[in-house]
Amino acid sequence: MPEHESVEKHGSPAQEVGDFLRRRGEQVAQRWADEPLFRTVFTVSRDEAVEAGKIVVEALAQVADTNQVHDPDAAGFTVVREQLSRMGAARSRAGFTTAQVSNDVNALRPPVENLLLADLPDASADRVRECTTALTVLMGTLRLVVLETALSEGQALIERQRLQLLEVATPVIKLWDGIVAVPLIGTLDSARSQVVMESLLEAVVEQRARFAILDITGVPTVDSLVAQHLMKTVAATRLMGAECVVSGIRPAIAQTIVHLGLDLGTVLTRASLADALAYALHELGADIINATPGGAGSR
Amino acid sequence: MQTAAGVEACLPIRSDMDLVWVRQHVRQAAALLGFSLVEQTKLVTAASELARNTLVHGGGGQMETEAVTGGPANGLRLTFSDEGPGIPDLERALSDGYTSGDGLGMGLGGARRLVHEFAVDSTPGVGTKVTVVSWAARSPRPRGEL
Repeated sequence: MPEHESVEKHGSPAQEVGDFLRRRGEQVAQRWADEPLFRTVFTVSRDEAVEAGKIVVEALAQVADTNQVHDPDAAGFTVVREQLSRMGAARSRAGFTTAQVSNDVNALRPPVENLLLADLPDASADRVRECTTALTVLMGTLRLVVLETALSEGQALIERQRLQLLEVATPVIKLWDGIVAVPLIGTLDSARSQVVMESLLEAVVEQRARFAILDITGVPTVDSLVAQHLMKTVAATRLMGAECVVSGIRPAIAQTIVHLGLDLGTVLTRASLADALAYALHELGADIINATPGGAGSR
Repeated sequence: MQTAAGVEACLPIRSDMDLVWVRQHVRQAAALLGFSLVEQTKLVTAASELARNTLVHGGGGQMETEAVTGGPANGLRLTFSDEGPGIPDLERALSDGYTSGDGLGMGLGGARRLVHEFAVDSTPGVGTKVTVVSWAARSPRPRGEL
């Protein structure tokens, strides 16, 4: 940032840029309306684009007034952050990369710069340079704000999808009167195991279940943390008065658990969901028998 | 040699999400090197334990994967490093059931049993580096070397 001593006459270069933006806001917005960023987002009418442009210009003027041209967290940006993020998101949805959106924002600078230069015919060369520098920095900050909102938008989307996944991936299924099962799929981290435990315990109460089956066929890795979560879920289910069976332990997982040194001795396990169901049915006194002994088994 | 491209990587370990990447990458790399399903699962589980140690006890760090070729069998070397507080008593940390957190205390010792070569280099106050190597289709070496 260049040193500026002549503050008393016009205020700092940033403030002069702010005054300029207010004075020429209409023209700036008119020119921006023709730039891709505004033109492609506000497709309904050009007036809408101009209005949106004016709001952004006003925000920039506010930021310039407070000499915060380099600060993306400046208070002036708060009012336009949502609008900018909508514009960035619209461009992203149209298949543009973050770099292209960045270029779009950059394209807003030359029109303003030309207007600024036209507006300062009598100013000294130093003053002109200082003002254009301030404007350049300001527009750079605007670019940063747009990218920041675009990225945080992406983060928020990922977070939402993660939460959705938590909900979706843990259905509790009633297999029989008194028997419920949860087929676990994917990574069993602390957050998910919490959801599993809660929905399983609720189902145990609702269905008056005597047996709860945790099927881990779809869990690729069982490490000590996953095992700990399983054991806690089993213990909690027992406290509710139901017996918990862990099924779907594949050979590779079984060997790994043994090498890892985990003691699942307190947990009732079965190789497959079918075995677990058969066990639970047997315990409930409802054994499965073949209707035609000998005949059905021959194929 | 031609498989090195998909194997070599340096992954950050900063959050639970990164642990998922670590596991997926180790599984893919081990599969590329011809590890059997059991060997893959064992190495992935060891990687999961060690990466979680790096995250929870080391305050985050990174994992480097490297193919070890040229011997009778393909191997995969994983190096977990952090700049955390280090392990003051390694002997105790490796013993089953000892935990400085609220886990089961099986992570470090269990990971050692799941791989063929295991080395810890930890300096209190400087950081910890755990290096493990597993070989495809070879029986584990006798334990006791560290």
